[in-house]
Amino acid sequence: MSLVLDLVSWTMLLGGVFLGVSGAVGLFRFPDFYTRLHAAGVTDTLCAALILGGLMVQAGWSLVSIKLAFILLFLWYTSPTASHALAKAALRAGLGPRLAEKENPPSKS
Amino acid sequence: MSARPVLEAIAKLLVPYILLFGLYVQFHGDYGPGGGFQAGVIFAAGLILYALAFGLDKAMVVAPPALLRPLSALGVLLYGGVGLVAMLNGGSFLGYDHLAADPIAGQHLGVLLVEFGVGITVAAVMILIFFAFVGRSE
Repeated sequence: MSLVLDLVSWTMLLGGVFLGVSGAVGLFRFPDFYTRLHAAGVTDTLCAALILGGLMVQAGWSLVSIKLAFILLFLWYTSPTASHALAKAALRAGLGPRLAEKENPPSKS
Repeated sequence: MSARPVLEAIAKLLVPYILLFGLYVQFHGDYGPGGGFQAGVIFAAGLILYALAFGLDKAMVVAPPALLRPLSALGVLLYGGVGLVAMLNGGSFLGYDHLAADPIAGQHLGVLLVEFGVGITVAAVMILIFFAFVGRSE
């Protein structure tokens, strides 16, 4: 039973780490503000869920689990809201998304 | 419908819990991690979030600067007052043992009051600094 719980929690933790790292890679390598925000904001939600879920499996039914669940709940409220506010502020400040360049005709490659 | 419904809805949802958590950190500080400074910062962050979502005018109705200025001094007064009361009771400055007949109860009371003073001052000063910065741009 304990082995199964360990396997479940480690799978969730490693999945969360993978999502966090991929979000960071996207944050550095994507071309403009909105795609970077997309990479960070989207992976962040599931990354936090998987890592906190894995920790909850490790903690079992205890006060620590309840606290982790609350942290997860508040992260789920605040993280998308922060992304939304950033994107809206950027749009209002006049930063447009980077679109495909029109000089290159699509048939060339 | 306001111009930023998402922000206002989330702020309305979160601000009470942030304030409640600030009070928890304040008054649970003698048993767990926490204390006056952190509690004051969290409490001020809740009100700053309110000001960011709803605007400076509404925030100044909730936390009027005319009230915050005396409060920021009151916390320091409470801190120093506890120290002076300990001196008047025959101890050294901030010697909590002499605040009550029982030294343990005196320590409890002293830490609680001093941290409460720190919390009041930090929260009031944080909000005032934020108001000063935002008010300058308007």
